[in-house]
Formats: sequence, C-alpha cells, structure tokens
Amino acid sequence: MKFSEQWLRDWVSPQLATQALADQITMAGLEVDAVEPVAAPFEGVVVAVVVGKAPHPDADKLSVCQVDDGSGDPVQVVCGAPNVAAGQKVPFARVGAVLPGDFKIRKAKLRGAESRGMICSASELGLEEETSAGILELPATAPVGEDFRAWMGLDDATIEVDLTPNRGDCLSVKGMAREVGVLNRLPVNGPGVAPVAATHDQTFPVRVEDAERCPRYIGRLIKGVNLAAETPLWMVERLRRSGIRSIDAVVDITNYVMLELGQPLHAFDHANLHGAVIVRLAREGERLVLLDGQEITLGGDTLVIADERGPLAIAGVMGGEHSGVNVDTRDIFLESAFFSPLAVAGQARLYGLHTDASHRFERGVDSRLAREAAERATALLLEITGGEPGPLIEVSSDAHLPVGRDVLLRATRLEQALGKALPADEVGEILERLGMGVEPTAEGWLASIPSWRFDIAIEEDLIEEVARIHGYNRLPVRRPAARLALRPDHEAHTPLGRLRRQMVARGYQEAVTYSFVAPDLQQALLPQAVSPVLANPISSDLSVMRASLFPGLVRALTHNLNRQQTRVRLFETGLVFRGELDELQQIPMLGALVCGSRDPEGWSGGRDSVDFFDLKGDLESLLSMSGEPDAWRFEPAEHSALHPGQSARILHRGEEAGWIGTLHPAVRSRLGLKVDAILFEVRLDGLTHGRVPAFTPLSRYPEVRRDLAFLVAEDLPVQALLDTIGSRAGEWLIEHRLFDVYQGKGVPEGCKSIALGLTWQHPSRTLNDEEINQLVDAIVTETGQHLGAELRG
Amino acid sequence: MDHLPTLVSEARQAIQAADSIQALDELRVRYLGKKGELTALLKGLGKLPADERPAAGEHINQAKQALAQELDVRRQDLEKAALEARLAAERVDVTLPGRGQPSGGLHPVTRTLERIEGLFTRIGYDVAVGPEIEDDYHNFEALNIPAHHPARGMADTFYFDATRLLRTHTSPVQVRTMKASQPPIRIVCPGRVYRSDSDLTHTPMFHQVEGLLVDEDVSFADLKGTIEDFLHAFFERDDLSVRFRPSYFPFTEPSAEVDIQCVMCAGDGCRVCSHSGWLEVMGCGMVHPEVFRHSGIDAECYKGFAFGMGAERLAMLRYGVNDLRLFFDNDLRFLRQFA
Repeated sequence: MKFSEQWLRDWVSPQLATQALADQITMAGLEVDAVEPVAAPFEGVVVAVVVGKAPHPDADKLSVCQVDDGSGDPVQVVCGAPNVAAGQKVPFARVGAVLPGDFKIRKAKLRGAESRGMICSASELGLEEETSAGILELPATAPVGEDFRAWMGLDDATIEVDLTPNRGDCLSVKGMAREVGVLNRLPVNGPGVAPVAATHDQTFPVRVEDAERCPRYIGRLIKGVNLAAETPLWMVERLRRSGIRSIDAVVDITNYVMLELGQPLHAFDHANLHGAVIVRLAREGERLVLLDGQEITLGGDTLVIADERGPLAIAGVMGGEHSGVNVDTRDIFLESAFFSPLAVAGQARLYGLHTDASHRFERGVDSRLAREAAERATALLLEITGGEPGPLIEVSSDAHLPVGRDVLLRATRLEQALGKALPADEVGEILERLGMGVEPTAEGWLASIPSWRFDIAIEEDLIEEVARIHGYNRLPVRRPAARLALRPDHEAHTPLGRLRRQMVARGYQEAVTYSFVAPDLQQALLPQAVSPVLANPISSDLSVMRASLFPGLVRALTHNLNRQQTRVRLFETGLVFRGELDELQQIPMLGALVCGSRDPEGWSGGRDSVDFFDLKGDLESLLSMSGEPDAWRFEPAEHSALHPGQSARILHRGEEAGWIGTLHPAVRSRLGLKVDAILFEVRLDGLTHGRVPAFTPLSRYPEVRRDLAFLVAEDLPVQALLDTIGSRAGEWLIEHRLFDVYQGKGVPEGCKSIALGLTWQHPSRTLNDEEINQLVDAIVTETGQHLGAELRG
Repeated sequence: MDHLPTLVSEARQAIQAADSIQALDELRVRYLGKKGELTALLKGLGKLPADERPAAGEHINQAKQALAQELDVRRQDLEKAALEARLAAERVDVTLPGRGQPSGGLHPVTRTLERIEGLFTRIGYDVAVGPEIEDDYHNFEALNIPAHHPARGMADTFYFDATRLLRTHTSPVQVRTMKASQPPIRIVCPGRVYRSDSDLTHTPMFHQVEGLLVDEDVSFADLKGTIEDFLHAFFERDDLSVRFRPSYFPFTEPSAEVDIQCVMCAGDGCRVCSHSGWLEVMGCGMVHPEVFRHSGIDAECYKGFAFGMGAERLAMLRYGVNDLRLFFDNDLRFLRQFA
C-alpha cells in the first residue's frame, strides 16, 4: 500500500515529522518499507501563462513564446514542445531556477532568439520517469506567479507500507488515517460523502444468484458521461503518488475512490449490458476476454458478473474487455459490491492474476462501505465527466452479510497474556479509540467490533490490539519459570553431533547442499532412483528431490576442483527422499567424499592418492562409535555410480544401510571429472545406535598368539576366511590381526597369501599348547575344506 | 714390588688415554682383573718377608682402589660425552609442521544451529525434528492457514501435488510434537525449510530454528524475556538493544517481529540495516488458540509462545558473511574459515 503523506494529512495530521510518522506506523505493526519524496528537489519554478506564441524564425521545431510569470512584463522563452499554445498555464522555470539533476536555468540564445527561462515538462520536473512528450499543461485555475512546487504540494512523501494480510482495513487512505488517529488520539476527518440526488429514475435489473458469495451489490446508471474529460491534475498527482497511472477519467475515479476509501469499484459500458446484471458462478468452460486482452476459460467455482449473453467480469478480480468503458461510452453502469473474501480468495491466482481489487477483496473489504463509495464515485464523476445519475440499485442479503460481533475481553486473561494488569480505563479507551463500542462487564469489557475490522473475532484478537496500541515495548519482561524435572537421557544413543565431530577430526569439512538436485546429475549417478519431483521448481537444475547424498557431494566436488582445490574431503548429513510420494521414505543419512592426496602436501609424507581403504577406514571409525561394530558388514556388490571392482554394499544387521566405493570411471567421465573420487553414504539410524558399555573382567592369565599364513584364491574375500576361522577358533579367541596380504614371488599365480595373528586368552586359567594346537588344526582343516585355503610353511 | 709406582702411573696414563668404554673395560681387566697386573702383585706378596707384607699389601690395595675410581670417573666422562654426541646427532627442526591429517570443520550453519540448540537445551528445551516433505495439513491447515488464506502468499511454496509440499517452516514439527505430548512442552526445532525464492538475499532452501513453550502460566512477558536473553547470549552482547514490533502470523497472537540494534554499525545506520539502525532477526508470538485446538491442547488451561529465526541470517550477522549464497556453494576456502 502506497499513499501520499499529504493525502493522509488531509484526513489526520499529527504533529510529527515524516520519518517520525513512518516510525510510529511501523511500530504499530504496519511496517513502512519506504519513504520517498514525490518529486526530486527543484526550485525557482512558478505557475505562468503563455500569452503569446510565434514560430522561431530560424528553426522549424521551436517556437518563441511570451510568458507571463506574474512578475511584471512577459518574458521571451524559446520552447521546443509541440503542444505549447497561447493561453496555457504552465510550470515555468525562471532564470536562476535549479531543476532536478542540478540543472541550472540561465539566459540563453537559441538559434539567435533570446530565451529567459524554460517551460517545463513533467519529466523535466521529475514527476514522470519517462521523457514526456510535451510540456505539462496546468489547469486554467492555476494561480499565475505562485511557486509551482508549493502549489502542487510537491514537498510530499510517498509512504509505502507492507501490510500484513490481516490488515486489509488499512488498504486505503481512510484506513491508514483511522490507524494514525488511534495512535495519536486525533479525530479523523475525510471528505464528506453525501448521497447524490438522482436526476432520472432509470435503473437496470440486477440479479444476485449467489448471495453467499455476493451479499451486497450496488449499481447505478449514470447517463451522458463525457469520457473525453480530462482527469484533474490533483487527482492524477494523488494517483501517481500512490503508484497508479492515470488511464481515463472514469477509471481514474474508480481507482481514486478505491485508494481513498478501500472499496474496489467497476464501471461497465451500459450499451454493452444485455438484459440484466447477473452475479453468478461461471459455467465450466465459459470464456471471457479480460481487460488486459487475455482470454481465459472460466472454472465452475469462479464468481462472475454476467449479463444475459454471458460473463462480463470476474467478480472482484478484473473486468472484461468487451463490457469496459471506452472513449465512445456514453452511459455507465457503476458497480460497488461486497464480495465475501472466500468468493474471491484464490480466484485471481487461479488465472495468474493479481489486481488491486482482488488484493483487497481477498483480505476483506468493509461490508458497509459499498454505498458510501458509490456515492463518492458518483459525485466525482459528476464533477469531472458530468452526467445524469439514476437512483442507487441495491441487492443485499442480510442473511449473508457479516453480522456485528461482540467479543468479550476478560481482565484476567488480558493480565495473564501480557504478564501485567493494565489500568481498566486505559484498556477501555484503547478499544474505543479503535472504533469499538465498549460495554464494561463484571469480567472485563464487551467490545462490539466495527465492520471494517473483520480480522477481530476472538478474545486474543482484542488482547493483541490492546498490547499493540499500549506498545509492545512498554510491556514487562520476565523469564519463564519451569519445574526442574530431569529428563531421560539415552546413553545407548550416539548423538549426530558426535558423528559429525568424528568426521571433522578425520579431516572432513561439512557441506550443506540443496535437497533438490538436477535430474540429469541424479540420473547419471542413480539411473534407477525414484524420488519426488517438484511441480513448481525454481529451475530445472533444482527440480528433483535427492535420492542419495551422492549428487550433492559430487557437485560440491566439481565446484572445488574448478577452483584449484584438488584435495577434497567433504561430508554431509541430511534426508534423502526415496520412492513415489505415496510410499515415500525420508531417510536421514551421512555421506562423504574424498579426492586427491591421502596426506596434505608436506615435507614428510608420501604423495599417494586416497583410495578405497582410506575412506573405508574413516567409515569404520564411525561404525566403531556405533557401539556394535560387529553388526556391520561390507559385501562386494555393484552400484550404478561405483566402480564394479571397488564397491561394497554396507549391511547393518544384515539389512542394506548404504554404499561405499570409487566413482565409476564411465560415470566420472560423463560428469567431466578428471580425478578419482571415493564416496560412501550410510543410514544414520544404525550409526546413532550406540550401546551402554558392559564390563568384562580382565583375565590374569597369559595370552597365546599364533601367526598363520594361508594361501587362498586371489578372488576370495578375506571376510570369508575370517568368518570361517571365527567359526572354529573357539570362545577364547580374543583378537585377530590381519597383518599381511601378499601376492608375488613365492606365491603361485592366481593366489594370495594372507597372514593373521590369532590371540587366545582364557578368563580363569592358563591355556596349554595342546588346546591351542587343536584349535589351529580345526581352523586349518575347515578353511582347507571350505575355502581351499592352504597353510603356508 | 718396586715397580708399583711405575705400574700405577702407566695405568693412569692408559685410563686417561682410553677413548671408549670398551678400552676402559680392557684396562680394568689388564690391571684389576683376576689375572691383572695389580692382582699379580698381590699374589706375589708371599715372596716378601712377613713383616713387610702388611705394608706392601696396603699399598697395593690403595693403588687398586685409586685405579678403580679413576676407571669409574673416566667411564662416566665417556658415557656423558657419548650421550651428548647422540643428542646432538638426534636434533630435529621442531619448527617443521607435524605429520598427519589436519582436522576439518563443521559448516557454519551447523555451527550456528548447534549454538542455538545449546543455548535452549541447557535451560531445559528438547530438540525436535520432523519430515521435510510435509502435507498441507501440518504445514498450513493446523497452523491456522486454511486454503486460500492470503498468508499462503507470504511464503512461496514448493509443491509436489495438491497436498504435498516442501515445508516452508519448521512449525509442522511443533504441531506434531503438541499432538504427541502433553504440556509442559519446551522444544526447539532446527532444520531445512524451503521457499520458492532465489535472489541476492534468498535461497530456495535455508535453515530455521523454531522454539515452542507451552505451560500453564506463560505470558507475552515470558516471550520477551526469552527472546531478549537469547539474543544477548547469541551475540554475547548484554547491551544489545532489542525491540518488538507488532506483526501478523496466522499461528500466533499477539505476534511480533523482533529487531536488534544493527550489529554492524551499532545502530548508526549502514548498508546492512538499510540505514535504519535496526535489523529484523526473528518472528514470535503467543500460540494462537486455533493451533492449540488442532493440536489437542486446551487453550483455556494452557498458554504458549513460539518463535522462529533463520540460521543463515544469524550466521551472517555473527560471522560477518556478506553473501547468503556462499553457504550452499560448499567452497572449501569458505568452509575452512569456520573450522
């Protein structure tokens, strides 16, 4: 909502400077977004009259004018505007004037003719952004010699208020004035609106078929209006200062009244109305060409204004092209209606529209305003365009009009809510200032709500109003009291923060990537992934929900590689989204990616690149925090994004919990990556599953260690060997260490040697060699039989 | 016997000349060992007249002791020199950097969220989280924002279909928590939220922390106290001015926006605060009875307040970050600054 400060001050004028007024409005909950001067600074411009005009002897496009600026003899001015004419009142910059942009007016000679001053256009005075076609013509009543700036009231500001949706009542100068009056305890005086006497008795039939959506419809036939009449400058200026361009007199007047009072109006060309004005729901598929030229197909829940031939306008949103006024219009049918907010809500957006009318009706318009607005608009029309008004035609349904509400405000609730008892007379006074009828009761105050405050319906609404007008910052400050009850704390839960810190300790930077990703990136990594797709993405690059943390991590990798960051260690935690909407899973995961050298470049380290086992080690450090490291397994498996020989499915208690592997070379090259990257992602639910430590007594008896080296087929997973050994090593095996994996000289082709250190210890006695030898024999036999393993000599 | 002095003097010279522990050991054997030269003299005492034996024996023993002592001293000297030589050889440049993996760091948003969570959990709030793909009911309806409510235009929503959407705030978590538990409720809800807006000061995804407190006697004064304490603690500035501006959220009433004195210019006016001296940092209010009704809490018995803030905005103000979009580029040069 934009309005002119001066216009507001015509209604109510507190003793406050502009900025102080804006601050006061802001602190009352109507946030002022901007305060801008309505015209750039200029001085030395007066109202003048062109008393003579002759062609310039040496220039076709210039004329030599005699201008009377009220200071004595007319002065000669050379003017280039095509529309300058003798008898015009004009803004005139005298010699010595300074125009916007620090443009100083000096005596000059133009093609030999002396020029002492300048006749100004609107854009030269900073009143229009676009360059004006000609000079600004002032009304005949403009007083010659008067300072133009003062006469036009240009020392004014446009105040722009960002109104919250509940305060539709402030979408007018009248509404803002009411609010300013309340804040400053000042009376509010608008222009008096008196009923206009009809000069003929012709009406036009109005049928409201949906009284619930249109509880009140007022129309009036005004005959013989002159559409050629120009909108007076003062109105053009007020509209301009409110951000609305002048169109023609009728449209300007309807806009003006809407800005002034808050009631959207519409004018139809009576000649294009057939039979009757009918307020009804559209029939599915009916078509309408709107004022802006676009043709729409109406839906069945859209309220329209129609005549017997079809729809003319979307009620409360926009009129139709065919039925609108134009230069040939003689008689107009003026509409001033109350549409219920629910009838209009959503309709504008449905057709991709947003208009000043829909903006107001969606938020609510005072249901008692229609008549006043119709009278005000009629009076302005008669003044500006002339015409013969008929009687007002009103179709109302009391059953559907909002009823007056009484809301009780209990003193105890007010005190409870604010933490302070306000003096009873202050509360009553605030409510009264807000236009409410206030009746003190035993409990507090019974307030009858004025028709324009449709946002007030319950006690809390009144509490807010009292607090707001009293001033939030004058209310007390207290700290909440609470009983100090201990809450359960699950020790067997590893908090996410601890896992994050583990990754940080192992050299990873945490990334936060968007939850929606580019479909082609996700497709390249996970061609089988199914995840929800946004209906209205901000761009196609961010249109599909991530089914994995991989796309985001890979994108972050690319970003860094492109910026000479070659050693990248990133991790992220967050939800991934899997499945169609109806079977959607939103799974918290932790993912990581490494790339570049194992160690940072330095004086002591190697230059080796990271490999699968670096990342696996980092992942295992997380698994060991989970409290049940043995519940996790890695099984060789293939994944679309990963190198088939370097990828594993991560299993937690036998269920798939994630993946780890080297980015597939083919995928990598499709993504334009030139270096190897290794990544994993794993479900957080398993990782955060910790345990409460359980003590085992320390054995006082010696450990026995045996080192065994096995020859196995080179494609045998070590895990299989370990599992088989574990099945035969007995209950006293306390540790196994895999200390060598070897292929080469001494090991037959197609085989590998795996060396293990096995340690046994009994809790309550010394183990003897014979027992251990038996266990080792059993291990050797079992691994030999099941895995073809051979003990090396 | 007569050559004892000569022998001792020879031995002394040899001890002083010895340049290793091994040479010393050899000298000890040569002079003091079982077959050593002084031992041999002792064995030769029997050849002396009986009355000379005691005196001669004493002389020899004294010489033995003196040599043994000299051997020890020399040994210590040599050991000391050897240690010093070893220490000198083992010297390293302690100013060379250490070995191993330098640690990484948390994302500044996580750092900020954890800090905010910490401030509230320490005084008895719990952390609650919820789904990010939400339904219309939890994101809007239950928060007193029915279909076609103009407030739906306040947040541009990402939709999947007619009823499913990306949550525009973490308030649905409040609704879910209230439905699942009984007062007193004290929670903070951190998490990702989504709005279809992308320009210099908006990203389509950002993070919020919302707080909710529901109990029997909770007032606007408690809300003010909580917010002021929080902002003072977060910015570690007890003198930070805080003001409450009436505003409107469908789910709270009374509602307020919270401004702080600009932390960049101390309220003098700068680009960051659009020369107003104030920065809008949070929204808050008393829980609307309609929200209680949807959540199954009796609004006559219980009152509550709720507040919400953007983590990126607070992180920008706290750490002086001047471009919101940096948070989601994941540029290592940016991330490392918050380690």
